[in-house]
Amino acid sequence: MNTGSPRFFSDLAKTVLVGNRTYTIWMLALIAVSMLGLNAFSRQLAHGLYTTGMGDEVSWGLYISNFAFLVGMAAAAVMMVIPAYVFKDEEIHKVVIFTELWAVAALIMCLLFVTADIGRPDRLWHMFPVIGVFNWPMSMLTWDVLVLNGYLFLNLYVCGYVLYKKYTGQKLVARHYVPIVFLAIAWAPLIHTITAFLFQGLGARPFWHSGLIAPRFLASAFSAGPAFIILVFKIMEHFKCCTIHEKVIAKIRVIVTVSLLVNLLLFGSELFTELYSGSEHSIHLSFLLGFHGESVLAPWIWSAVVLNIIAAIILLLPVRENPRFLNVACVMIVVGIWVEKGLGFVISGFIPTPLGDFVQYQPSLNELTVCFGIFAFGLLIYTALLKIAVPIINGQLCHRKNHN
Amino acid sequence: MSTEDQKNLGLKNEDQQEPVISRRYFLAGTACLSVATAVSLSPLLNAEEVPSGDDFIQKHYKELSDEEKKEIFARLEARIDKQYGVSTSISDPQPMDGVEFAYVLNLGRCIGCRKCVYACMKENNQSRSPQKQYIRVLKMKKGTINLETSSHDYPEKEASSEDFFYMPVSCQQCREPKCIEVCPVKATWKEKDGIVVVDYNWCIGCRYCEAACPYHARRFNFAKPQLPAEELNPDMGYLSNRPRYMGVMEKCTFCLHKTRRGEYPACMEVCPTGARKFGNIRDPESEVRKIIEQERVFVLKQEVGTLPKFYYTFAK
Repeated sequence: MNTGSPRFFSDLAKTVLVGNRTYTIWMLALIAVSMLGLNAFSRQLAHGLYTTGMGDEVSWGLYISNFAFLVGMAAAAVMMVIPAYVFKDEEIHKVVIFTELWAVAALIMCLLFVTADIGRPDRLWHMFPVIGVFNWPMSMLTWDVLVLNGYLFLNLYVCGYVLYKKYTGQKLVARHYVPIVFLAIAWAPLIHTITAFLFQGLGARPFWHSGLIAPRFLASAFSAGPAFIILVFKIMEHFKCCTIHEKVIAKIRVIVTVSLLVNLLLFGSELFTELYSGSEHSIHLSFLLGFHGESVLAPWIWSAVVLNIIAAIILLLPVRENPRFLNVACVMIVVGIWVEKGLGFVISGFIPTPLGDFVQYQPSLNELTVCFGIFAFGLLIYTALLKIAVPIINGQLCHRKNHN
Repeated sequence: MSTEDQKNLGLKNEDQQEPVISRRYFLAGTACLSVATAVSLSPLLNAEEVPSGDDFIQKHYKELSDEEKKEIFARLEARIDKQYGVSTSISDPQPMDGVEFAYVLNLGRCIGCRKCVYACMKENNQSRSPQKQYIRVLKMKKGTINLETSSHDYPEKEASSEDFFYMPVSCQQCREPKCIEVCPVKATWKEKDGIVVVDYNWCIGCRYCEAACPYHARRFNFAKPQLPAEELNPDMGYLSNRPRYMGVMEKCTFCLHKTRRGEYPACMEVCPTGARKFGNIRDPESEVRKIIEQERVFVLKQEVGTLPKFYYTFAK
């Protein structure tokens, strides 16, 4: 048993490195896009954030948009963990680790997007406790650093523990990991709430300065995250990695539906408050929707609203049982929420500026390449983690078998 | 998962216990990956600004001893001499006791000529390409103070129009500055005389302060600041107008390298109409104090609770 650890890592490495043709092509493609992203990021480091489409007016762009979106995707894993551990749903319990691994991959992408966004990554150590200066508790950004890294650590621990024990064929000891799971359950909404607070605490930006932002963030995340997980499960089934029980998909679908409806309700409430009152603050929203001069964002946000509404209708009609319709609805939700949160929320907070200047934002090609690179790298990590986790959970990859 | 559910994820052979990977294949893959990484990183060779070892380990301004400051100033002076061929002396004037600076701007007199904008840029060694300006003059329709209908980039010939009034906005040097609260590393803070400063060597460039400022007063160096040597102002303060780095924030400092010596800020000196007044708000005899007490003044965006020390008035 105690020789498990060195074999464990070499077995994992072998499992990740060897696969069939589809797997190899997929991984090579992801590596290639990640490399393009690394190349673009190097260019950005060399010539500054001037290589992006950002400026003093719209000073946060796609990086922070993707960050906000992915924090939600990471937090959304909790919607699978709660039924598995709190309500003891056995079918979901079997596959819950795949969603926890997704949280790990999503968080890594979050941290990369933040790193890509800052002007001086060489000075990141200024934030480290003891050797740097950490403006805690005043700055919400320091809170975000704590909760994101904490959540990453909790998920890594739980996933690592479960996979290692299964690999070595040992029994899982509940008190060694279940308390951490429950801590992670409490922690998950926190990461997205604090990310929302980062924005909604700013009185300077009326568009963000609303108590509804954190609930909206959570609702949209709990819709887009599980929708993405449904798609992942479908893809895993398609490639015959494992079979996901239909009941699991049906339950996740309910979570997606309810969250989506809550999100639409909150969005509608915000829309009403801003537009009916017609106060000066509503200018961000009316500009976003295209009611106030030409807006690059308007077609995007309208598509997002339409995608979310159509998805909601599909999920409420009996056609939801049809896997094709369900897949389409899930794609619509992921795309719709990405647009709503990224372009619709982060970027429109900057238009107009606090001095009333309307400046449009268009990401540069270099900036887009960095984004694609980070997404590719995140998917690379997630695929590798699944490649390891599936055979271990299936009992195909284990310590004992290697010595047979 | 039940046994019939057991299917592998892309393993070559379902029954294969241990995936096989040849040494040659592995080494070739590692070599390819290393080359690809090196090629991807190659733009770094043309980096416009590479921090030196000393820059990298430099501590926060407030943690520096006098000795360390001396060393750092000498290092910067040598670097400026080398880069611009201009010999400079970097000063670090400290806040004076009993002094808190305030500004009053008479909108009744401002003609929107933007002389202050350019005087500020010259005085403070801002980047000329791309151009960074601390002061933004808003051309406002009469009968409203609605910022959203103001014009920011009106051509010069549209200055001093009778149908409009002009409102210059720069850092309001708030008593409750939101920008310093949000900074994750305390790279920006309020000095004893009320001036909000930035440590250009400590800022990590997250731009949270820029998002938190209700007055659009902060400027970020997205590109490496470009400044022709002949336009360099050699009278430099460490916390104000020394040349800035790429990827850091900067802002108006009430020209502290001048004002802490008893001079006026550049924007006020150049104003042709006398619309700008500057002084010590704690001195009952100062001009700003008298205006604030005798005229009807207001602050911009009072509702955001920042308590600016930059006052506006519509006097004759």
